[in-house]
Amino acid sequence: MDLSLFLQQLLNGISLGSLYALIAIGYTMVYGIIRLINFAHGDILMVSTYFAYFGISVYALPWWLSVVMAILLTALLGILIDLGAYRPVRHAPRISALITAIGVSFLLENLGLVVFGGRPKAFYRPDFLDKTYELGGVRVFSLSIWVPLVTALLLALVFLLLYRTRVGAAMRAVAKDMEMVQLMGIDVNRVISLTFAVGSALAAAGGIMWAMKYPQINPLMGIIPGLKAFVAAVIGGIGNIHGAVLGGLLLGITEILLVAFLPSLAGYRDAFAFILLILILLFRPTGLAGKDTIG
Amino acid sequence: MSERHRREWIYKLCTYGAIVGLFAFFLQVQNQADEYQIRILNVSAVFVTLAVSYNLINGVAGQFSLGPNAFMAVGAYTTALLTLSPAEKELSFIIEPIIWPLSVLHLPFLPSLLIGGAFAALLGFIMAFPVFRVRGDYLAIVTLGFGEVIRVVANNVQSITNGPLGLKGLSEYTNLWWSWGVAVFTVFCVTRLVKSSFGRAMQAIREDEVAAAAMGINVFRHKMLAFVVHAFFAGMAGGLMAHLITTISPTLFSFFLTFNLLVIIVIGGLGSMTGSIIAAIIITHAGEWLRAVEEPMAIGPFNIPGIPGMRMVVFSIMLILVMIFARQGLMGRREFSWKWFCGFLKIGKRRG
Amino acid sequence: MNKGDKLQHKIIYSVAVSVFFCICLPFLLPSLSLAGKPIRIGVYLPMTGPVAAFGQMEWAGIQAAHQMRPTVLGRQVELVLVDEKSDRIEAANAVSRLLKKEKIQAIIGSATSSNTMAGSALSEKAKIPMVSPTATLPLVTQNKKYVFRVCFIDSFQGEAAAMFAYRNLKARRVAVIVDRAQDYCVGLASYFKKAFTHLGGKIVSMAYCQTGDQDFSAQLTSIPASQSDLLYLPNYYAEDALIARQACELGLNIPILSADGAQAPELIKIGGKAVEGLYLLAHFAPEGAATPLAKEFMEFFKKTRHEETSGFHALGADAYFVLLDAIKRAGRTDGDAIRTALASTRGFGGVSGIIKIGPDGNAVKSAVILQVRGGQFKYLTIVKPW
Repeated sequence: MDLSLFLQQLLNGISLGSLYALIAIGYTMVYGIIRLINFAHGDILMVSTYFAYFGISVYALPWWLSVVMAILLTALLGILIDLGAYRPVRHAPRISALITAIGVSFLLENLGLVVFGGRPKAFYRPDFLDKTYELGGVRVFSLSIWVPLVTALLLALVFLLLYRTRVGAAMRAVAKDMEMVQLMGIDVNRVISLTFAVGSALAAAGGIMWAMKYPQINPLMGIIPGLKAFVAAVIGGIGNIHGAVLGGLLLGITEILLVAFLPSLAGYRDAFAFILLILILLFRPTGLAGKDTIG
Repeated sequence: MSERHRREWIYKLCTYGAIVGLFAFFLQVQNQADEYQIRILNVSAVFVTLAVSYNLINGVAGQFSLGPNAFMAVGAYTTALLTLSPAEKELSFIIEPIIWPLSVLHLPFLPSLLIGGAFAALLGFIMAFPVFRVRGDYLAIVTLGFGEVIRVVANNVQSITNGPLGLKGLSEYTNLWWSWGVAVFTVFCVTRLVKSSFGRAMQAIREDEVAAAAMGINVFRHKMLAFVVHAFFAGMAGGLMAHLITTISPTLFSFFLTFNLLVIIVIGGLGSMTGSIIAAIIITHAGEWLRAVEEPMAIGPFNIPGIPGMRMVVFSIMLILVMIFARQGLMGRREFSWKWFCGFLKIGKRRG
Repeated sequence: MNKGDKLQHKIIYSVAVSVFFCICLPFLLPSLSLAGKPIRIGVYLPMTGPVAAFGQMEWAGIQAAHQMRPTVLGRQVELVLVDEKSDRIEAANAVSRLLKKEKIQAIIGSATSSNTMAGSALSEKAKIPMVSPTATLPLVTQNKKYVFRVCFIDSFQGEAAAMFAYRNLKARRVAVIVDRAQDYCVGLASYFKKAFTHLGGKIVSMAYCQTGDQDFSAQLTSIPASQSDLLYLPNYYAEDALIARQACELGLNIPILSADGAQAPELIKIGGKAVEGLYLLAHFAPEGAATPLAKEFMEFFKKTRHEETSGFHALGADAYFVLLDAIKRAGRTDGDAIRTALASTRGFGGVSGIIKIGPDGNAVKSAVILQVRGGQFKYLTIVKPW
């Protein structure tokens, strides 16, 4: 295996990893604040791709407008799911909340089957993402460059929100001590809603880029990215945003390199993430980056 | 004989009577009902077995496992590989031939089923060491992970499982006697276990692990016991399932199966065996009735197109609603007993 | 009793009566409109799930055929559709439901080989004839007395594809990517391999993927090094479209030959520019259709469905027409009579060509080669059975 091929695969890995990272942030933020594994996160991602699909292919809107609208609608969906399903079980045992989340996940998948149908749909890919360049012997697919760039931009926005705004400060405070924050007169429910909105919006961005990478969407497409991003979040220490980014990149790169250099193990690709997860939980339950709070 | 003894003796008699009655009912059904109804009854029995054993680990011991599909897969594959004739196996394995000892092994149904359960239990035993190092939702995720890993392995060890093509042409051994026989046996074993000192220890662990440990209960060993028993019966159920639908492949044992089980034990009431049995039977039948909403209907002159997938939508909404409004499920943690039943019918109420 | 009470009673009474009639109406209506007991044909197809495209297309074909010829033996034909959800267990459930609950006289289904076999085990036991539109795996009819099909089988398809690759495309070194989760794909690949090596060609790489896979980079990266001059993809459209796309992204510039499972509009929608020039061995092309029934059906289909007839429409329709023809010749509707008539179908001018069915249940018929050009399937040539 020569260097150019290695670089090419590394770039692919970074691009896949940044998608995992974007999706993982949603898991981590929600867990950090209300200690809930939002099982439905991957399915929220799936719905977002359908929003974008309808905008582009059915209502014939410009693709960037559809994408923006899909992201906003998905944020709204996140808030609604929190209001409808998670808020009523907020003070129930954590397992009840987890079961509810599993229920929401299956509800979204099957509503997707009912509303959108099971036939996969072709997803639009803008022309500028559909090019391949030769850079000194390395074949570079333009999408593989754009995905990490957009991810970096979105990450910068998230960190700005968390560390430079009052709302962000409130989010971090709720993650540290919800009751205390409540006593200080902050509307905790609003902060949680906002967390869901931000997490879902990031999942939407990740999902739409995923759909452009593998231009075919179906109602069950969210399961695998969802599970893998969750693993990434745990690897990085769930509740920790830096950790989620780190975990996502690590998972994406190792996965791609594993498949590229040991093609005979390609079939075990989906198990790889889980084996990693089990090992991490056994030997370093708080994840690689540790710390159980947002920030 | 004291009053209390006599009473207990009568209750025991009632239990045996009920079991005899159940099988007399099946004798009747076997002769009269059509294959479709028998099929649903068989599926119900498999789900009763699964739900009761799943409830042992999730409801009684309070360890929220999401991995029964892994045990079912192991049980189903083991049983199927043992009952398939060498000729059938050679015909099925078209990409890679089956490895040696399996290619010639051929056993009757019952030993295969028991070995299937034993292999699942063995997997449970091995899994217990890593799994019970974590708790709560982490435990849920680790078991879910194991389920996925087993599925991926089944997809890839072509020379044992025949990969994604799966195994075909299994004999339809599962009938009402086998399926309900195993179900009754499972209910018997699990209720005995729950009522024993082991069961009380498991419940103590569920309520407060630290306190239980302080009382001198070996927490790990009791969790392990619940897990292995659950694995054994889930493996048997997998074997029964395989010989009911006569073809298995890794996709059959996806998380979807676990979800169905979860719906059953949650609706029945986490911790109540009675609830699990009732819910397993209701949900299996409801699944068939709800097929109606998925098929096109003609109401007078109007044609309502079928809505495929509607069944699962109904189940997921049901699960969410139960969690929000009736967390106790049908039975909470209560169990059926003849004493309660007699009280309910207002008979045998003190005669002097 | 005062006046108000009486009025209330009257209202309640009339509401009750009208509700009662509304409930009864659906049961009354069909019995009024039907003369004679209808013949019920059960249909089980994947209407949802990964291969739903085939089920939906075949169902459209069957329905159109049914509209064209709604009666046989002077009796109405009734279609009962059950969705098998692209799932083997659901397929077995569906057939058991058709047999036991719907009391059908014959079955059409299913679209894929795996699921047809899951269902046919039951229909065989019940001695109810089953006609599959597109189950091409040879195993489907093996040792089955009551299972038939109206499509060619994969041993023929694999040989035809190998011949086309070797003679027309002048390919000598072929790379194959197979979906190992489908009996159909695995079977077809092995027939192709056998025929192609027999002709003197070489299979230089055989890689496996799985239904639902999205990333094929692992399978594709090794292909350039193997210096192959053709990529053979005997899979369904969803995988083939993504493989073609990713091959394009990796700069792999060799022709692609695909199979009948890829002939769906989605192949072109998902594949886009990447599937331009892709060759396809298929059952049917409108340009190649010659029989009177084909002309009539294509016109009828265009008029009622506003769509061109595709291969799967044609085969769905043929399953219905062949079954109807057999019932007509049998003159009765019991399983054995229909079975005997089906097994002696000779020279039936179906939509997809002249169909001959032997006692082994297999149809002997020709295949066509298509190519994707300008975002459409274009007819290239015909391959006759030998």
